[in-house]
Amino acid sequence: MEIFNTIANGLRDWLMGSLGFSATATEIITTAVWTLVAILFVMINLIILVWMERKLAAYFQLRRGPNRLGPAGFLQFPVDIVKVLGKEDIIPANADRFIFKIASTCAFITSLTAFAVIPFSEGVALLQNLNIGIFYFIAVGSTATLSLLMGGWSSNNKYSLLGGMRTVAQMISYEIPMVFSLLGVVMIAGSLNLTDIVNAQKNTWFVIPQLIAFIVFFIAATAELNRGPFDLAEGEQELVAGYMTEYSGIRWAIYMIAEYGNLVASSAIISIMFLGGWNAPFGLTFIPPFLWLMLKIYLVIFVFMWIRWTLPRIRIDHLMHFGWKFLIPVSLANILVTGIGVYVYRMITL
Amino acid sequence: MDKIVNREALVGELNKKFGDCAEIFEDNTNQSIKVKPEKIVEVMQEIRENPDYDFKVLMNLSSVDYPENFTVVYHLNSLTYYHKLTVKVELDKAKPQVPSITSLWIAANVQEREVYDLMGIEFTGHPNLKRILLSDDFDGHPLRKDFKN
Amino acid sequence: MLKTQELTLNMGPQHPSTHGVFRCVLKLEGEYIRECVNHTGYLHRGLEKLAEARTYSQFIPYNGRLDYVSGMLNELSYVQTVEKLMGITEEIPERAQYLRIILGELQRLASHAIYVGTFALDMAGFTPFMYAFRDRDRMLDLIEAASGQRLMPNYMRIGGVAADLDEEWFKELEILMNDMPACIDEYDGILTGNEIMRARTIGVAPVSAEMALSYGFTGPNLRASGFDYDLRRDEPYGIYDRFKFDVPVRKDGDTYDRYCIRVAEMRESVKIIKQAMKDIPEGPIMAKVPKVIKPPVGEAFHRIENSKGHLGFHIVSDGSTKPYRTRIYSPCFVNLGFLPTTAKGLHLMDLVVALASIDIVLGEVDR
Repeated sequence: MEIFNTIANGLRDWLMGSLGFSATATEIITTAVWTLVAILFVMINLIILVWMERKLAAYFQLRRGPNRLGPAGFLQFPVDIVKVLGKEDIIPANADRFIFKIASTCAFITSLTAFAVIPFSEGVALLQNLNIGIFYFIAVGSTATLSLLMGGWSSNNKYSLLGGMRTVAQMISYEIPMVFSLLGVVMIAGSLNLTDIVNAQKNTWFVIPQLIAFIVFFIAATAELNRGPFDLAEGEQELVAGYMTEYSGIRWAIYMIAEYGNLVASSAIISIMFLGGWNAPFGLTFIPPFLWLMLKIYLVIFVFMWIRWTLPRIRIDHLMHFGWKFLIPVSLANILVTGIGVYVYRMITL
Repeated sequence: MDKIVNREALVGELNKKFGDCAEIFEDNTNQSIKVKPEKIVEVMQEIRENPDYDFKVLMNLSSVDYPENFTVVYHLNSLTYYHKLTVKVELDKAKPQVPSITSLWIAANVQEREVYDLMGIEFTGHPNLKRILLSDDFDGHPLRKDFKN
Repeated sequence: MLKTQELTLNMGPQHPSTHGVFRCVLKLEGEYIRECVNHTGYLHRGLEKLAEARTYSQFIPYNGRLDYVSGMLNELSYVQTVEKLMGITEEIPERAQYLRIILGELQRLASHAIYVGTFALDMAGFTPFMYAFRDRDRMLDLIEAASGQRLMPNYMRIGGVAADLDEEWFKELEILMNDMPACIDEYDGILTGNEIMRARTIGVAPVSAEMALSYGFTGPNLRASGFDYDLRRDEPYGIYDRFKFDVPVRKDGDTYDRYCIRVAEMRESVKIIKQAMKDIPEGPIMAKVPKVIKPPVGEAFHRIENSKGHLGFHIVSDGSTKPYRTRIYSPCFVNLGFLPTTAKGLHLMDLVVALASIDIVLGEVDR
C-alpha cells in the first residue's frame, strides 16, 4: 500500500519542513495521527460488523434483521450508539466506583493496542516491523482478561463475579494452546515479525502445513473472544449477562466495541498467520493487497459468526476438559511434528 | 367412564387391619371412602403397597370448605388396574388438622402446602409447612367461605 | 489458608431462564449447587377463588390464563369436567369431538414447539429457538383462524365447541401437517444430534421411575422415566380410543430423554391430526345444553393429558349456577417439586437446563 506510506511521508515532510517542528515532535504527531486512524479503522469496522452480525444472525434464523434505517438497516447501529450516549450512567450503590468506571475503557484500550502491530500491507503498521510482533499481540491480548475481571469484581453483583471468575479460568486455559499453535508457524517462518511471516507465505499459505495448528488456534481464539459456543463469561441464560450485568449506557457500549475490536484483531492475526496475509491467491493481483487482507479477515469473521449462531453453549467443565486434555496435547504434538519436519527439510535442502 | 374399585372389600379389609377407620362415603361419583383423620397415613400406605389395590399415583390433593366441616380429598389411581378411589377426610371446623402424607409421596409436599396456604388446614408432620403461593405476611385463608378481603 | 465461603444466589423472579417469575434461592459452592429452595406465587391470581364467583361458562376463558401456551387443552379439561358433572359426556356431537381433538393436538404441537425452542435457548441455541417459533406461528395462525385468539382461544364450550370450521381451514391445516415432519427433522438436525447439546443433557438431573411417581410426575416427564402411561391411550377421554398412535417411552429420565419425548410426541400428534382430519363427519357442533348451566349436586374429578402432564379439575357443585369449589391440579406446580432435591450437586448451567427440561409455565404453577 504505497498510498499510506506516501501520505505518512508527506505528513512528516510537511510538519518538519513547512512548520518547522523538531524530529521528536514530528514523530509524536505522526504516531498520534496513526492512532487516530487505527481508532477510526476499528470504528468503521465496528459499524459494518454489528450490522453484519445482526443481518447474518437474522438470516440464519429465518428473520430479516434490521431493515428500517438506511439501506438494509445499515444505519441502525450508529443511531443506537447515539441513543446509548444519551442514557443515564448508572453505577450500582456498593460498586467499587473507580474500577467500575475504568474497566470498560481498559477493555477498549487493550483491544486497540493490539492493532499496533498488525500490518495491513507491506510495511503498513503502527509499530512498523516490530521484530517480536506476534509476541506483542499475545502479550497485549492476554491483558484483556484483566479488564473483564475488573468489571466483574467491581460491580458488586454475584452474577458479575461468577462471570468474571469464568473469564479468568477460561482465558488462562485457552491462552496456552493458542500460543503453542502459533509456535508451529513461527518455527516454519523462522521469525516473530508479522511482515516476515506473511512474506514467508508467498508460495504456500501456512494453513496447509499447519492445518492442525490452524484449527487449534481458531478454537482457542473463539474462546479468547468470548464468542459462542464459548461465551461462558456472559452466559446469558444462567448469569444474566456475566461481567456486564451491571453495565448500561455508554460503558456497556464500550465493552461491546472492545469485543468487536478483539474480533477484528484476532481475525487479522488468523489471516496473517495462516491465510497468507495480503498475498493474493491464484495470482489475482489486480485486487490491492490491503483489500485482500480485509477480504480474508471478513471471511474469518463470517465463520466466527456462523459458529456462534449455530451451536449451543458448552458447559464450563467440558470447556476446561477440552482445553487442557485435548487442545494442549494436540498443539504440543503439532510442535513436535513441525520441529521434525523443519529439521528434515533443512537437512535435505542444505 | 372411570373404573371403580370394589369399595366394600377395601373398606372391610381396612377396618379389619386398622380398627374402625374407614367407611363408604356416598356421593354421585360412587368411588369415595371416608377415612378418620388420625388413620390417614396408615390407610394410604396400605392401599399404596397392597398389590390388590396398588394405588401408586396421587392424582390430586384437594380440599373443600363445606358448611359443616373441612374435607381433604385425595384422588388416587392405580397404574396396574386403572381403577380410581377418592379418599375423603372430614375435619373439625374449629381446628382442622390432619397428618401429612409427604412421607409417602413427595408430590404431596407442595400440594399440602398449598392447601395450608389457601384453606388453612394444618398438616401435622409436614417438613416445611409454610405459605407457598401467598406472601408470608398474608392474613387469612382465601379459599375459606368466610374469607373477607 | 484460603477461606472459602458459601455464596447465596437469588435466581429470579426476574431472570432470563426461569421461564417467567419463578424464583429459587441457591447456595453455591463455586458454581455447584449445595441447596436449592423454590419460591413460587409471584403470578398468583387466585383462579380457584375467582371460579367460585363465576358461572360455569364464564370460567372457560380463564383457563387460557392457566398454562398460557396450551390454552385449548386447558379449556378441554375444564369443559369435560363440567360435562362429567352434568352427565352429558355421551351427548357431545361427533363433529365437536373431532374438532376438539384436532385443535387440542394442534395446541399440543404448539406447546411442544415452545418447549423445543426454549430448551435450546436455555443452552444459548438461538437458532433452534427461531426454527421452533416459525412452526409454532403457523399453528397459532390456525388457532386464531378458528377461535379469534392466538393464546387464549376460548373455543371450547360446555357441550361442544364455539365455531365450526370450513374447508379452507382444513386445507391450511393439511398443508401444515404435511410440512411438519420435515420441520421436526430440522429440530433433530440442529439440536438432537448436536454434540454440545448431548454432552450437556445426557445424564443430567436423572429421575428414576420410582422417584418420578413419588414426585408426582405426569405426562411426558413420567414417560421419559420409563413409565408407559398415557391417558389418551390407557384411559381414553373424548374419542381418543379411535385413533392409532404410538406412545413414546424412554428409559433414563434425564434431561435428554425428556427432550426426546417431546420431539417424538410432536410426530405422534401430527399422526392423530391427520387421522382426525380424514374421519371428521358433518353435523352439529353443540349438544343440547340448557342456557343456564346448573349441574346437579355432587362432584367430579377429571383430568386429561395436557402438554405438560395431567391437568385435572375437581369441581364441587351445590346445584347452583356457580361451582361451590373448583380445584385445579396443575402438573407444572407438582413437577417443580423435584427441583430442590435434584438440584443438589448440579452445576449452575445444568440447573437451567434441568428446569427447562420439565417444562414449567408459571401461569399454571401459580394459578
